[in-house]
Formats: sequence, C-alpha cells, structure tokens
Amino acid sequence: MNFDETVPLSQRLEWSDVVPLTQDDGPNPVVPIAYKEEFRETMDYFRAIYFSDERSPRALRLTEETLLLNSGNYTVWHFRRLVLEALNHDLFEELEFIERIAEDNSKNYQLWHHRRWVAEKLGPDVAGRELEFTRRVLSLDAKHYHAWSHRQWTLRALGGWEDELDYCHELLEADVFNNSAWNQRYYVITQSPLLGGLEAMRESEVSYTIKAILTNPANESSWRYLKALYKDDKESWISDPSVSSVCLNVLSRTDCFHGFALSTLLDLLCDGLRPTNEHKDSVRALANEEPETNLANLVCTILGRVDPVRANYWAWRKSKITVAAI
Amino acid sequence: MPVVTRLIRLKCVGLRLDRSGLNRRICHGGHGESTRRRVMEELSSLTVSQREQFLVENDVFGIYNYFDASDVSTQKYMMEIQRDKQLDYLMKGLRQLGPQFSSLDANRPWLCYWILHSIALLGETVDDELESNAIDFLGRCQGSEGGYGGGPGQLPHLATTYAAVNALVTLGGDKALSSINREKMSCFLRRMKDTSGGFRMHDMGEMDVRACYTAISVASILNIMDDELTQGLGDYILSCQTYEGGIGGEPGSEAHGGYTYCGLAAMILINEVDRLNLDSLMNWAVHRQGVEMGFQGRTNKLVDGCYTFWQAAPCVLLQRLYSTNDHDVHGSSHISEGTNEEHHAHDEDDLEDSDDDDDSDEDNDEDSVNGHRIHHTSTYINRRMQLVFDSLGLQRYVLLCSKIPDGGFRDKPRKPRDFYHTCYCLSGLSVAQHAWLKDEDTPPLTRDIMGGYSNLLEPVQLLHNIVMDQYNEAIEFFFKAA
Repeated sequence: MNFDETVPLSQRLEWSDVVPLTQDDGPNPVVPIAYKEEFRETMDYFRAIYFSDERSPRALRLTEETLLLNSGNYTVWHFRRLVLEALNHDLFEELEFIERIAEDNSKNYQLWHHRRWVAEKLGPDVAGRELEFTRRVLSLDAKHYHAWSHRQWTLRALGGWEDELDYCHELLEADVFNNSAWNQRYYVITQSPLLGGLEAMRESEVSYTIKAILTNPANESSWRYLKALYKDDKESWISDPSVSSVCLNVLSRTDCFHGFALSTLLDLLCDGLRPTNEHKDSVRALANEEPETNLANLVCTILGRVDPVRANYWAWRKSKITVAAI
Repeated sequence: MPVVTRLIRLKCVGLRLDRSGLNRRICHGGHGESTRRRVMEELSSLTVSQREQFLVENDVFGIYNYFDASDVSTQKYMMEIQRDKQLDYLMKGLRQLGPQFSSLDANRPWLCYWILHSIALLGETVDDELESNAIDFLGRCQGSEGGYGGGPGQLPHLATTYAAVNALVTLGGDKALSSINREKMSCFLRRMKDTSGGFRMHDMGEMDVRACYTAISVASILNIMDDELTQGLGDYILSCQTYEGGIGGEPGSEAHGGYTYCGLAAMILINEVDRLNLDSLMNWAVHRQGVEMGFQGRTNKLVDGCYTFWQAAPCVLLQRLYSTNDHDVHGSSHISEGTNEEHHAHDEDDLEDSDDDDDSDEDNDEDSVNGHRIHHTSTYINRRMQLVFDSLGLQRYVLLCSKIPDGGFRDKPRKPRDFYHTCYCLSGLSVAQHAWLKDEDTPPLTRDIMGGYSNLLEPVQLLHNIVMDQYNEAIEFFFKAA
C-alpha cells in the first residue's frame, strides 16, 4: 500500500475531492447494523465511487480496503472486476491479492468466483498455480466445498489432470472417510482425458475400493463409490462376483457394522441378482427368527434392526419391493 | 441459569458404540475440556473425520444421557421450545444488530427473512410499525431494474432477491406484496438466465443450483414463470445429480444437502422432477440422518442443525412424490397395500408415545363424533403417511442439542446461536412435526410432536419454505395480478 491505511479516508488528501455517500437505510431500518466508524466510512467512500463509476487506481485500492473489512460483499468484488479490466491491471498480482484475502476467510462464494474469473483470463498457464492454491486450502480443510469446485473447474477449463488421481489417492490414504476426495476420484476417472473413462478404469478401481471397504466396512463413501463404478451398467453390477463377494465377506464378520453390506445386497436383489445359497445362508445367519421367505424382505427386516436410525426407510423400502426380488 | 450451567459443565456418563466400531471409553469425571483433550490424544490414530465425528457424538450423547437421567420437570423444560425467549431473541435482532454483523452487510434481506420467517413459524407477527419499517427497508434494497440487493445500493442478487420476496410474502398484506415490482423482476430473472440453462447469481456472477432454485422459486410465487426461464434448466440440474444420488452445486461437485433441496424443489416447480434418479436421491437423503438423529449435509461430514430443514424437506417431498406415483400406478390396490403398512406404523407410534392421556381423550372425542370406531380407524390411517426418516429423533436433536435455552438455535453443541440456524432449525422442526400428514389442513397428533403440543409450529409450504397461510395469501394475490 502506498498510503497509510490507519489514517481515516476522510483525512487523506487523495480522497478530499470525493463526497462520501451515506447508505440509504431510511428513517427506521430493520436489522440495522451498528457499524464501527471505519466500516461505515469506508463503505460510504465505496458507494461514492461505485455510483460515479470511477475506474481508477485509487478505486482499485479502495475496493481492497473494503474487501478486507467484508470479503462477502459481492458488489465490491463485481466493481473490482470492472476496475481491473479498465486499468488492464496485472492479473498475476490479483492472484496474490486473492490469496491474501483467502488467508483470512476463504469460505465465501465471492472470492472463488473472482478467482475463477481471473484464472480464466490468464488461461492454461496458471493451471498449476490454481491446483497448488486449492491444494493449500484443502490441506487446512480437506472437504472445503468451494476449493473442490474450483479444482474441478481448473482441471476442466485449464488442464493439469496428470497427477490428479495420485492426489486423490494421497488424500484418501490420509483420511479414507473424506467423501470429497472420493467424489473427486470419481470426477477424475470419468472426466480425465488421460484415463480412458469408467469402463477402462473399472477393474483397478473396484479392486482399490474393495480393499477400502474391507478395511472400514462402516465407511459409507466407499460403498457408494463401488456402486458408482457400475453406473448405467446394471448387468455388470449384478454379475460381477467381486461385488457380492465383498458383501458376503463383510456379512460373515461379527466385529463390524453390517448395514452397508446388507443395503448393497438389497440393491443387487432389486436389480435382478439371483441369490445363491451362500447369500441366503449369510442373511439368515443374521436373522432373529424372522419368518420371511422372501430374501429381499428379510434383508429389509434385518436392516431395520441393525440400522435403527433408518428403520422407517427400510420398512418403506420393503413395501416397495416387487415380487421379482426373490 | 442453573440448567445452562449444568449443561456447560456436563460430564460424559454414557457408553455407546457407533457404526464405525470405535471403541468408546467412559469419560471419567474431570473438567470437560481436560477430558476432551485426553480423549483426543487417545484418538490420534484415527483419521480426522473419525476424530471429529467421535467428539461430536460424545457431546450429543452426553446431552442425551443427561436428559434421560434428569427428573421429569427438567426434561419438560429441556424439551420446550421456549417461545418467549425465541421471540425476544428474534425481535431484538430485527431492531438492532451489533458490529460483528458487518460480515453480513451484503445479506440484510436474508437477516430479514431468517428472522421474520422464524417469527411466523412460531405463529406470531410483528407490529404495524416494524412491518412498515421492514417493507420500507426492503424497498430500498430493490434495484431500479428489478431484483433485490444485499442492502440499499447493492447490486441485485438472486439469493437476496429470494430472501426479500420470502420476507415480504411472510409479512403478507397488500402493502408488502404490492411493493414487489413483478414486471422488473421478470426482466431481472431473464437477465440472470444463462445459455447453459442455469442462472447467474448477479450480473456476471457465479452460476450454480442455488441460483436456479432462487430464480424459479421467486418466479413461481410471483406467478411470472415462463418458458424462457425454464429452458434447459432441467438439463442443468440433472447434470448436478451425483453418483451418490444427492445434488451438488455444479456438475461434478459433491452431493450436498443445501443444493439437494434447491435442485429437487426447482425440478418439482418446473414439473421435471421425474428426470432425476429419485431412488438414489431418496437413499442418499435418508442416509444423511446419523446416530445423533440430526442430519449432516454430506456423507461423512458432521451433523448440523440447518440440515434439519435442507434434508428433511427433501425426504418429505420425495415421499409425497412416491405416494402420488404409487396411487397413479396401482389404483385401488394401493389402498389395500397401504393400509397394513400404515397400521403397523400406528402401532409403533403407540409404543413410543408417552402422552397417553391426551391421546385417549382425543380418541374418545373422535369416537363420539363419528359414532363408531371403524370409521375413526379408517380416517386416521388414510390421513397418515409412513415416514422414511426418524422424525421424533430429529426433533429430539433440534430441541436438545441445537436449541439454546435463552433463545436461538445453533449448528451443534459448542457452537454459538445465529439467525440462520434459528430459521432452519425451526423450519426443519416444523417439517418434522407435520411430516406424517398427507392433508396439509389436518393438524398433527400430539404423539408426532416431541415435547408436546405447546411446541407445535406453523406448517410450511415445502417448496418455498414460507408458512402455509402466508404462501396461500401470496398465491391468491399474485394469481389475480396476472
């Protein structure tokens, strides 16, 4: 900053020609905020230049001061973009500005929208920088929703797919319950131009996922991911022995939560799987003398017991089972 | 405040296994914080997700155990909504906010909506002066070319437009409703429409499912929906449904409770909901209710009181969609099939109910009116829907863990109250209380309301999250305006 930020705007020579514009709150506003003097004054000067549409270096500096006070103000971000364009300002400097703001508060839509706008103008040359920026944010909060959306946009618009699957792997090694990383993994295997798509990746991904399931059978993320690998391919979903095998494996254990294995088996049955004696025996071993002859119904009954939070849903689900789901 | 003090100094007294099979240790006395620190050290071998989940469960089950061990009068107090304190908190917010609210300076219509809607849910209204002041203030947020900004002089924005419109509809009356410039609003919405089918939040703003919902919700309630607004919208939202079944903010983004509500409601409003994979959406939504009995926003994230609304509303909306579809497909056979299920649900509810005297009285009254029991039973069964989520458990989470006795609601234990969470906890509580009803005109039974009838909230129109009476008034007003 060329000017001393600690001096009130009204006392800076640079701003002596501007008449601050008071907020038009009316005589008796509701939800009135008791602004501190610095906030009130800064916003008054911002309104003045915003309504006079002054696109100047000092306007750019003022938007910076304003955003430091409230980085959620989308009007200020919008105006800043107009000024940046008018001044043909160095957008690499703007990336640095954004990163400084993000250190204080990175959880607002406005900052990320602005980041996307800047990066889009700079183009593929900054793909690496965007991936690095989001990596830093995600290292502090591995499930940061905006950071993940920005990362996906970066890959899609600017490139940088080469190491993305490894990155997902790294995060899942650190926390296999990180559903955002599983979501990203799915994004990569389905969208990356380097990997050949879902069918090409299925075998290795199924193997990876089954290991994750067997290590943590109560991890919903891995079970949902497994089913996703057979998206739009119901035939493979019910016929691949790996799938029913992992269900049976989990069901045979006495030391873990059986809910996801049972619900996966239920999905398989409803999708047309013809149960073997092994399936029937595994399920009946968990039954408490429930007299069901229909296997899918029996699975629902057991689910209502082992997953009581969702007892209502399993009862509802049972009411929807067609006769075909033997 | 003895209850608050006791809650703050709460010691963990319970033992409970959770689904991830963590070995739970009994927390032996000591100050809460030092106990918490010791537990954290012992949990260092777990992942971040598991540690955080464990600590939240510890807090929640600690409260539940304290409640279960308390005497009846303490339990009654803990379970009460505390209407007067809620209203004090809300009314105070309408009149004055502290300097810390500067971070919401671009969200003042939201503050209006969160507060006014919460007041309406409690069955109350503001006085004429406050009503006038609110209408005037929101008028100053209205843009000269349509839509509402986050404050006077701010750029019109779809989110704050939705908040302003919902706030004005909640106030009701000709003055509030006619203050909305529908013609310019229509122009604003068209300007926000993007060639991809979605909507941008503001001029050159970001595009996501929130923008789609806020635009369509406003267009729907103001009766200014047209083909231009809905063109390609279904495709856009459909592309945001993830492999998990929930809906993300953009194509490819992770399934998330807030976006799921927005996407589902928008698809229903434009009559394209059948394009979504409803089976996987339902499965995903019901799995967001955890062992704490509240809802989380995403898989393996922590419970948060605001998802009481964002997730329970989709559960009810989906169930009603299935119910309608079932009736269409199966005709009369649906009735005989449904009877058994609903009767079963009734029996289960009886076991849970602790307010037998009231129910007994109610039954007797209905018997005397109808003349015979069979008629009553038939009427009762047809009026109730079998839920897919645990409504009483959800209410329990909100009333014991999110509610702050002195007014306001919060995300989860240890978090501060705020108006956003107050609005969506109360909204979700209303959804949970009224969820059994197929007919929105019928009041719920006492057994459906945790804490008893004094906790009953006004029902909301699920697609807009506006109290039903005000919604109906607005629909009638804007239908005439067409």
